[in-house]
Amino acid sequence: MSKNIDHFINTDGLDSSREKEIGQHIGYRYDVNLVPDLKYLTPFLKKYMEIMGWSDLNWLEDVHMGYEENRPAVFDRNINGWVSVPEDMNLPDSQQERDMIARELLIKFQMSEKHPLVDLNKAYRRF
Amino acid sequence: MEKLSTQNKSHEMGLHSEKLSGRTQQRFFSAEESENFVYPFSFEVDYDKSGTIDAENLSSKEVNIEIRKLMEKGVGDITIKNPKSRHGLGVGILNRLKLTFEGSLGYFGCGLIDGPNIHIKGRVGWSCGENMMAGSVLIEKNAGSTFGAAIRGGDLICRGDVGARTGIDQKGGTIIVGGRTGAFSGFMMQRGRMIICGDAGINLGDSMYDGTIYVGGNIESLGVDAVEEPMSELDASWLKSKLDLYGIPTKNGVENMKKIVSGKQLWNYDNLEPSEKKLVL
Repeated sequence: MSKNIDHFINTDGLDSSREKEIGQHIGYRYDVNLVPDLKYLTPFLKKYMEIMGWSDLNWLEDVHMGYEENRPAVFDRNINGWVSVPEDMNLPDSQQERDMIARELLIKFQMSEKHPLVDLNKAYRRF
Repeated sequence: MEKLSTQNKSHEMGLHSEKLSGRTQQRFFSAEESENFVYPFSFEVDYDKSGTIDAENLSSKEVNIEIRKLMEKGVGDITIKNPKSRHGLGVGILNRLKLTFEGSLGYFGCGLIDGPNIHIKGRVGWSCGENMMAGSVLIEKNAGSTFGAAIRGGDLICRGDVGARTGIDQKGGTIIVGGRTGAFSGFMMQRGRMIICGDAGINLGDSMYDGTIYVGGNIESLGVDAVEEPMSELDASWLKSKLDLYGIPTKNGVENMKKIVSGKQLWNYDNLEPSEKKLVL
Protein backbone atom coordinates (compact mmCIF):
# COMPACT_ATOMS: atom_id res chain seq x y z
CA MET A 1 0.00 0.00 0.00
CA SER A 2 1.36 3.38 -0.97
CA LYS A 3 1.97 5.95 1.74
CA ASN A 4 0.32 8.63 -0.38
CA ILE A 5 -3.39 7.87 -0.45
CA ASP A 6 -3.77 9.51 -3.88
CA HIS A 7 -0.78 7.74 -5.40
CA PHE A 8 -2.89 5.79 -7.89
CA ILE A 9 -4.96 8.86 -8.79
CA ASN A 10 -2.05 11.20 -9.40
CA THR A 11 0.30 8.73 -11.07
CA ASP A 12 0.06 5.75 -13.36
CA GLY A 13 1.21 3.52 -10.49
CA LEU A 14 4.10 2.06 -12.46
CA ASP A 15 6.76 2.16 -9.76
CA SER A 16 9.08 -0.79 -10.22
CA SER A 17 11.25 -1.29 -13.28
CA ARG A 18 9.23 -4.42 -14.06
CA GLU A 19 5.95 -2.48 -13.97
CA LYS A 20 7.44 0.16 -16.27
CA GLU A 21 8.62 -2.52 -18.67
CA ILE A 22 5.27 -4.27 -18.99
CA GLY A 23 3.26 -1.05 -18.71
CA GLN A 24 0.90 -2.22 -16.00
CA HIS A 25 0.70 -2.16 -12.23
CA ILE A 26 1.24 -5.54 -10.58
CA GLY A 27 -1.28 -6.55 -7.93
CA TYR A 28 -4.18 -4.68 -6.45
CA ARG A 29 -4.22 -0.89 -6.24
CA TYR A 30 -5.54 -1.08 -2.70
CA ASP A 31 -4.98 -3.28 0.32
CA VAL A 32 -7.39 -6.22 0.03
CA ASN A 33 -6.47 -7.30 3.54
CA LEU A 34 -7.47 -4.04 5.21
CA VAL A 35 -10.25 -4.92 7.64
CA PRO A 36 -12.95 -2.26 8.08
CA ASP A 37 -13.00 0.17 10.97
CA LEU A 38 -16.67 0.34 11.98
CA LYS A 39 -16.34 3.77 13.57
CA TYR A 40 -16.51 5.23 10.04
CA LEU A 41 -19.90 3.65 9.20
CA THR A 42 -22.25 5.97 7.33
CA PRO A 43 -25.94 6.29 8.35
CA PHE A 44 -26.93 4.61 5.08
CA LEU A 45 -24.75 1.59 5.80
CA LYS A 46 -26.12 1.33 9.35
CA LYS A 47 -29.64 1.18 7.94
CA TYR A 48 -28.62 -1.38 5.32
CA MET A 49 -27.13 -3.64 8.02
CA GLU A 50 -30.29 -3.31 10.10
CA ILE A 51 -32.56 -4.26 7.20
CA MET A 52 -30.43 -7.27 6.27
CA GLY A 53 -30.25 -8.41 9.91
CA TRP A 54 -26.45 -8.13 10.13
CA SER A 55 -24.41 -6.75 13.01
CA ASP A 56 -21.45 -5.89 10.81
CA LEU A 57 -20.69 -5.13 7.17
CA ASN A 58 -20.87 -8.78 6.07
CA TRP A 59 -19.94 -9.02 2.35
CA LEU A 60 -19.10 -5.31 2.21
CA GLU A 61 -15.92 -6.04 4.18
CA ASP A 62 -14.38 -6.93 0.82
CA VAL A 63 -15.39 -3.68 -0.87
CA HIS A 64 -12.73 -0.98 -1.06
CA MET A 65 -12.25 2.18 -3.03
CA GLY A 66 -9.86 1.31 -5.81
CA TYR A 67 -8.66 3.10 -8.88
CA GLU A 68 -9.25 2.61 -12.56
CA GLU A 69 -7.29 4.63 -15.08
CA ASN A 70 -6.31 7.18 -12.46
CA ARG A 71 -9.90 7.66 -11.29
CA PRO A 72 -11.35 6.52 -7.97
CA ALA A 73 -13.69 3.62 -8.63
CA VAL A 74 -15.40 0.65 -7.00
CA PHE A 75 -15.36 -2.89 -8.35
CA ASP A 76 -18.84 -4.33 -8.83
CA ARG A 77 -18.63 -8.14 -8.79
CA ASN A 78 -22.14 -8.40 -10.25
CA ILE A 79 -21.06 -6.81 -13.53
CA ASN A 80 -17.41 -7.82 -13.22
CA GLY A 81 -16.32 -4.25 -13.85
CA TRP A 82 -15.32 -0.97 -12.28
CA VAL A 83 -17.80 1.78 -11.54
CA SER A 84 -16.24 5.24 -11.37
CA VAL A 85 -16.91 7.60 -8.50
CA PRO A 86 -18.48 10.95 -9.58
CA GLU A 87 -15.71 13.44 -10.35
CA ASP A 88 -17.21 16.18 -8.20
CA MET A 89 -17.19 14.04 -5.07
CA ASN A 90 -14.68 15.17 -2.44
CA LEU A 91 -12.82 12.22 -1.01
CA PRO A 92 -11.61 12.17 2.60
CA ASP A 93 -7.92 11.61 3.37
CA SER A 94 -8.45 8.27 5.08
CA GLN A 95 -8.68 4.96 3.22
CA GLN A 96 -11.15 3.62 5.82
CA GLU A 97 -13.53 6.54 5.18
CA ARG A 98 -13.11 6.20 1.41
CA ASP A 99 -13.96 2.50 1.69
CA MET A 100 -17.20 3.31 3.52
CA ILE A 101 -18.17 5.75 0.74
CA ALA A 102 -17.36 3.06 -1.82
CA ARG A 103 -19.62 0.58 0.01
CA GLU A 104 -22.53 3.02 0.11
CA LEU A 105 -22.19 3.91 -3.56
CA LEU A 106 -22.01 0.25 -4.55
CA ILE A 107 -25.18 -0.68 -2.64
CA LYS A 108 -27.08 2.20 -4.22
CA PHE A 109 -25.88 1.13 -7.67
CA GLN A 110 -26.52 -2.60 -7.24
CA MET A 111 -30.00 -2.13 -5.82
CA SER A 112 -31.16 0.34 -8.48
CA GLU A 113 -33.51 -0.61 -11.33
CA LYS A 114 -30.85 0.54 -13.79
CA HIS A 115 -28.32 -2.07 -12.74
CA PRO A 116 -27.50 -4.57 -15.55
CA LEU A 117 -28.31 -7.47 -13.21
CA VAL A 118 -32.01 -6.55 -13.43
CA ASP A 119 -32.04 -7.24 -17.18
CA LEU A 120 -29.92 -10.37 -16.77
CA ASN A 121 -32.32 -11.64 -14.12
CA LYS A 122 -35.29 -11.14 -16.45
CA ALA A 123 -33.50 -12.89 -19.30
CA TYR A 124 -32.07 -15.90 -17.49
CA ARG A 125 -34.18 -16.58 -14.41
CA ARG A 126 -35.47 -20.13 -14.64
CA PHE A 127 -38.20 -20.13 -12.00
CA MET B 1 7.38 -21.92 -38.45
CA GLU B 2 5.32 -22.34 -35.32
CA LYS B 3 5.63 -18.60 -34.64
CA LEU B 4 4.47 -17.78 -38.15
CA SER B 5 1.33 -19.89 -37.84
CA THR B 6 0.54 -18.25 -34.50
CA GLN B 7 0.89 -14.81 -36.08
CA ASN B 8 -1.38 -15.78 -38.97
CA LYS B 9 -3.98 -17.04 -36.55
CA SER B 10 -4.01 -13.81 -34.56
CA HIS B 11 -4.40 -11.81 -37.81
CA GLU B 12 -7.23 -14.06 -38.94
CA MET B 13 -8.95 -13.52 -35.62
CA GLY B 14 -8.79 -9.77 -36.18
CA LEU B 15 -6.70 -9.05 -33.11
CA HIS B 16 -4.63 -6.47 -35.00
CA SER B 17 -7.43 -4.59 -36.72
CA GLU B 18 -10.14 -4.79 -34.10
CA LYS B 19 -11.39 -1.33 -33.12
CA LEU B 20 -11.44 -1.05 -29.36
CA SER B 21 -12.50 2.56 -28.95
CA GLY B 22 -16.08 3.11 -27.86
CA ARG B 23 -16.35 -0.40 -26.44
CA THR B 24 -15.48 0.39 -22.87
CA GLN B 25 -17.34 -1.31 -20.06
CA GLN B 26 -16.83 1.78 -17.97
CA ARG B 27 -19.79 2.90 -15.87
CA PHE B 28 -20.33 5.84 -13.57
CA PHE B 29 -22.31 6.13 -10.39
CA SER B 30 -25.29 8.38 -10.77
CA ALA B 31 -26.12 10.87 -8.05
CA GLU B 32 -29.78 10.04 -8.67
CA GLU B 33 -29.49 6.37 -7.70
CA SER B 34 -32.42 5.40 -5.55
CA GLU B 35 -31.88 4.37 -1.94
CA ASN B 36 -33.02 0.76 -2.19
CA PHE B 37 -31.57 -1.73 0.26
CA VAL B 38 -32.48 -4.93 -1.57
CA TYR B 39 -32.37 -6.13 -5.19
CA PRO B 40 -35.32 -4.88 -7.26
CA PHE B 41 -36.17 -8.47 -8.21
CA SER B 42 -36.12 -9.85 -4.65
CA PHE B 43 -39.24 -10.72 -2.65
CA GLU B 44 -40.46 -8.34 0.03
CA VAL B 45 -40.39 -10.39 3.22
CA ASP B 46 -41.17 -9.73 6.87
CA TYR B 47 -38.88 -11.29 9.50
CA ASP B 48 -41.83 -11.40 11.92
CA LYS B 49 -43.84 -13.62 9.54
CA SER B 50 -42.81 -17.25 9.98
CA GLY B 51 -43.48 -20.50 8.14
CA THR B 52 -42.49 -24.18 8.36
CA ILE B 53 -41.74 -26.79 5.71
CA ASP B 54 -41.65 -30.50 6.56
CA ALA B 55 -39.12 -32.01 4.16
CA GLU B 56 -39.88 -35.61 5.23
CA ASN B 57 -41.36 -36.65 1.86
CA LEU B 58 -40.03 -33.91 -0.39
CA SER B 59 -37.09 -33.97 -2.83
CA SER B 60 -34.36 -31.32 -2.63
CA LYS B 61 -35.86 -29.43 -5.56
CA GLU B 62 -39.31 -29.49 -4.00
CA VAL B 63 -37.95 -28.11 -0.72
CA ASN B 64 -36.18 -25.27 -2.54
CA ILE B 65 -39.36 -24.44 -4.48
CA GLU B 66 -41.38 -24.42 -1.24
CA ILE B 67 -38.89 -21.93 0.25
CA ARG B 68 -39.41 -19.67 -2.76
CA LYS B 69 -43.21 -19.95 -2.50
CA LEU B 70 -43.11 -18.88 1.14
CA MET B 71 -40.87 -15.92 0.29
CA GLU B 72 -43.35 -14.89 -2.42
CA LYS B 73 -46.00 -14.78 0.33
CA GLY B 74 -43.78 -12.45 2.37
CA VAL B 75 -42.62 -15.02 4.91
CA GLY B 76 -39.23 -13.92 6.23
CA ASP B 77 -38.55 -16.60 8.85
CA ILE B 78 -38.66 -20.16 7.50
CA THR B 79 -37.92 -23.39 9.37
CA ILE B 80 -37.19 -26.66 7.53
CA LYS B 81 -37.96 -29.79 9.51
CA ASN B 82 -36.47 -33.21 8.64
CA PRO B 83 -33.88 -32.10 6.06
CA LYS B 84 -32.41 -35.62 6.42
CA SER B 85 -28.99 -34.73 4.93
CA ARG B 86 -30.40 -34.12 1.46
CA HIS B 87 -28.00 -32.54 -1.02
CA GLY B 88 -28.34 -29.04 -2.46
CA LEU B 89 -30.82 -27.62 0.05
CA GLY B 90 -31.24 -23.87 0.50
CA VAL B 91 -29.33 -22.92 -2.66
CA GLY B 92 -29.64 -19.86 -4.90
CA ILE B 93 -31.52 -17.64 -2.45
CA LEU B 94 -30.99 -14.01 -3.54
CA ASN B 95 -33.08 -12.51 -0.78
CA ARG B 96 -33.00 -11.32 2.80
CA LEU B 97 -34.39 -14.20 4.84
CA LYS B 98 -34.04 -16.07 8.12
CA LEU B 99 -33.79 -19.78 7.37
CA THR B 100 -33.36 -22.57 9.92
CA PHE B 101 -32.64 -26.23 9.18
CA GLU B 102 -33.58 -28.47 12.08
CA GLY B 103 -31.14 -31.21 11.16
CA SER B 104 -28.19 -31.95 8.88
CA LEU B 105 -27.53 -31.17 5.20
CA GLY B 106 -25.72 -33.20 2.51
CA TYR B 107 -23.41 -31.95 -0.24
CA PHE B 108 -23.45 -28.37 -1.57
CA GLY B 109 -25.92 -27.00 0.97
CA CYS B 110 -26.67 -23.27 0.98
CA GLY B 111 -24.52 -22.56 -2.09
CA LEU B 112 -24.89 -19.56 -4.40
CA ILE B 113 -26.76 -17.50 -1.82
CA ASP B 114 -26.85 -13.72 -1.70
CA GLY B 115 -28.35 -12.27 1.46
CA PRO B 116 -30.04 -14.83 3.75
CA ASN B 117 -29.06 -15.64 7.33
CA ILE B 118 -29.09 -19.43 7.68
CA HIS B 119 -28.84 -21.53 10.82
CA ILE B 120 -28.13 -25.26 10.50
CA LYS B 121 -28.63 -27.18 13.72
CA GLY B 122 -26.84 -30.32 12.53
CA ARG B 123 -23.85 -31.17 10.31
CA VAL B 124 -23.12 -30.40 6.65
CA GLY B 125 -21.44 -32.41 3.89
CA TRP B 126 -18.93 -31.29 1.27
CA SER B 127 -18.83 -27.75 -0.13
CA CYS B 128 -21.29 -26.02 2.16
CA GLY B 129 -21.67 -22.33 1.23
CA GLU B 130 -19.95 -22.88 -2.10
CA ASN B 131 -19.87 -19.66 -4.17
CA MET B 132 -21.74 -17.81 -1.43
CA MET B 133 -22.05 -14.07 -2.13
CA ALA B 134 -23.54 -12.48 1.00
CA GLY B 135 -25.39 -13.32 4.21
CA SER B 136 -24.43 -15.76 6.93
CA VAL B 137 -24.49 -19.54 7.39
CA LEU B 138 -23.99 -20.86 10.92
CA ILE B 139 -23.46 -24.61 11.41
CA GLU B 140 -23.74 -25.97 14.93
CA LYS B 141 -21.79 -29.23 14.42
CA ASN B 142 -19.07 -30.40 11.97
CA ALA B 143 -18.63 -29.79 8.23
CA GLY B 144 -17.10 -31.83 5.38
CA SER B 145 -14.30 -30.95 2.99
CA THR B 146 -14.10 -27.91 0.70
CA PHE B 147 -16.10 -25.90 3.21
CA GLY B 148 -16.81 -22.51 1.60
CA ALA B 149 -15.24 -23.39 -1.75
CA ALA B 150 -14.89 -20.29 -3.94
CA ILE B 151 -16.84 -18.17 -1.45
CA ARG B 152 -17.05 -14.52 -2.53
CA GLY B 153 -18.68 -12.83 0.43
CA GLY B 154 -20.60 -13.17 3.68
CA ASP B 155 -19.86 -15.11 6.86
CA LEU B 156 -19.65 -18.91 6.87
CA ILE B 157 -19.29 -20.34 10.36
CA CYS B 158 -18.85 -23.88 11.64
CA ARG B 159 -18.73 -24.34 15.40
CA GLY B 160 -17.10 -27.77 15.10
CA ASP B 161 -14.32 -29.28 12.98
CA VAL B 162 -14.13 -29.13 9.18
CA GLY B 163 -12.46 -31.35 6.56
CA ALA B 164 -9.69 -30.63 4.07
CA ARG B 165 -9.31 -27.78 1.56
CA THR B 166 -11.43 -25.34 3.55
CA GLY B 167 -11.94 -22.13 1.57
CA ILE B 168 -10.28 -23.48 -1.55
CA ASP B 169 -10.18 -20.67 -4.12
CA GLN B 170 -11.72 -18.26 -1.62
CA LYS B 171 -12.38 -14.92 -3.31
CA GLY B 172 -13.81 -12.97 -0.39
CA GLY B 173 -15.95 -13.24 2.72
CA THR B 174 -15.11 -14.70 6.11
CA ILE B 175 -14.87 -18.37 7.00
CA ILE B 176 -14.85 -19.16 10.73
CA VAL B 177 -14.01 -22.61 12.09
CA GLY B 178 -14.53 -23.10 15.82
CA GLY B 179 -12.48 -26.31 15.88
CA ARG B 180 -9.83 -27.83 13.62
CA THR B 181 -9.38 -27.70 9.84
CA GLY B 182 -7.80 -30.29 7.53
CA ALA B 183 -4.97 -30.24 4.98
CA PHE B 184 -4.59 -27.58 2.28
CA SER B 185 -6.97 -25.10 3.88
CA GLY B 186 -6.85 -21.75 2.07
CA PHE B 187 -5.46 -23.41 -1.05
CA MET B 188 -5.24 -20.83 -3.87
CA MET B 189 -6.97 -18.25 -1.69
CA GLN B 190 -7.30 -14.92 -3.46
CA ARG B 191 -8.84 -12.64 -0.87
CA GLY B 192 -11.11 -12.66 2.16
CA ARG B 193 -10.45 -13.83 5.70
CA MET B 194 -10.35 -17.25 7.34
CA ILE B 195 -10.38 -17.71 11.11
CA ILE B 196 -9.37 -21.14 12.45
CA CYS B 197 -9.76 -21.23 16.24
CA GLY B 198 -8.23 -24.70 16.60
CA ASP B 199 -5.40 -26.49 14.79
CA ALA B 200 -4.71 -26.42 11.04
CA GLY B 201 -3.51 -29.41 8.97
CA ILE B 202 -0.60 -29.60 6.54
CA ASN B 203 0.08 -27.06 3.78
CA LEU B 204 -2.05 -24.24 5.15
CA GLY B 205 -2.50 -21.43 2.63
CA ASP B 206 -0.70 -23.25 -0.16
CA SER B 207 -0.29 -21.01 -3.23
CA MET B 208 -2.42 -18.29 -1.70
CA TYR B 209 -2.42 -15.15 -3.83
CA ASP B 210 -3.83 -12.83 -1.19
CA GLY B 211 -6.22 -12.81 1.77
CA THR B 212 -5.58 -13.51 5.45
CA ILE B 213 -5.75 -16.66 7.57
CA TYR B 214 -5.86 -16.35 11.37
CA VAL B 215 -5.07 -19.49 13.39
CA GLY B 216 -5.57 -19.92 17.13
CA GLY B 217 -4.05 -23.42 17.49
CA ASN B 218 -1.07 -25.23 16.00
CA ILE B 219 -0.25 -25.21 12.30
CA GLU B 220 1.07 -28.57 11.10
CA SER B 221 2.84 -26.91 8.18
CA LEU B 222 2.53 -23.89 5.93
CA GLY B 223 2.05 -24.35 2.19
CA VAL B 224 4.11 -22.83 -0.61
CA ASP B 225 4.35 -19.03 -0.35
CA ALA B 226 2.31 -18.77 2.87
CA VAL B 227 4.12 -16.70 5.50
CA GLU B 228 3.42 -15.44 9.00
CA GLU B 229 2.95 -11.72 9.56
CA PRO B 230 2.59 -9.78 12.84
CA MET B 231 -0.96 -9.05 13.99
CA SER B 232 -2.05 -5.41 14.07
CA GLU B 233 -4.40 -3.83 16.61
CA LEU B 234 -7.00 -3.47 13.86
CA ASP B 235 -6.74 -7.22 13.16
CA ALA B 236 -7.25 -8.05 16.85
CA SER B 237 -10.24 -5.73 17.28
CA TRP B 238 -11.86 -7.00 14.08
CA LEU B 239 -11.29 -10.64 15.15
CA LYS B 240 -12.77 -10.02 18.57
CA SER B 241 -15.91 -8.37 17.22
CA LYS B 242 -16.37 -11.07 14.56
CA LEU B 243 -15.97 -13.99 16.95
CA ASP B 244 -18.14 -12.35 19.63
CA LEU B 245 -20.84 -11.91 17.02
CA TYR B 246 -21.22 -15.69 16.68
CA GLY B 247 -20.16 -16.63 20.21
CA ILE B 248 -17.05 -18.52 19.09
CA PRO B 249 -14.46 -18.85 21.88
CA THR B 250 -10.68 -18.77 21.43
CA LYS B 251 -8.28 -20.73 23.62
CA ASN B 252 -5.56 -18.15 24.00
CA GLY B 253 -7.24 -14.88 23.05
CA VAL B 254 -7.35 -13.20 19.63
CA GLU B 255 -4.16 -11.23 20.24
CA ASN B 256 -2.20 -14.50 20.37
CA MET B 257 -3.52 -15.84 17.08
CA LYS B 258 -1.14 -16.32 14.16
CA LYS B 259 -1.72 -14.28 11.02
CA ILE B 260 -0.86 -15.99 7.73
CA VAL B 261 -0.66 -14.07 4.45
CA SER B 262 0.78 -14.53 0.98
CA GLY B 263 4.54 -14.14 0.65
CA LYS B 264 3.84 -12.90 -2.90
CA GLN B 265 6.83 -14.81 -4.22
CA LEU B 266 4.57 -16.55 -6.74
CA TRP B 267 3.47 -13.26 -8.23
CA ASN B 268 5.65 -13.94 -11.24
CA TYR B 269 3.03 -14.10 -13.96
CA ASP B 270 4.25 -10.71 -15.09
CA ASN B 271 7.67 -12.16 -15.87
CA LEU B 272 6.08 -14.46 -18.40
CA GLU B 273 3.66 -11.95 -19.79
CA PRO B 274 5.92 -10.09 -22.24
CA SER B 275 7.16 -13.34 -23.78
CA GLU B 276 3.60 -14.67 -23.95
CA LYS B 277 2.46 -11.51 -25.71
CA LYS B 278 5.24 -11.88 -28.26
CA LEU B 279 4.22 -15.48 -28.86
CA VAL B 280 0.59 -14.62 -29.45
CA LEU B 281 1.00 -11.41 -31.43
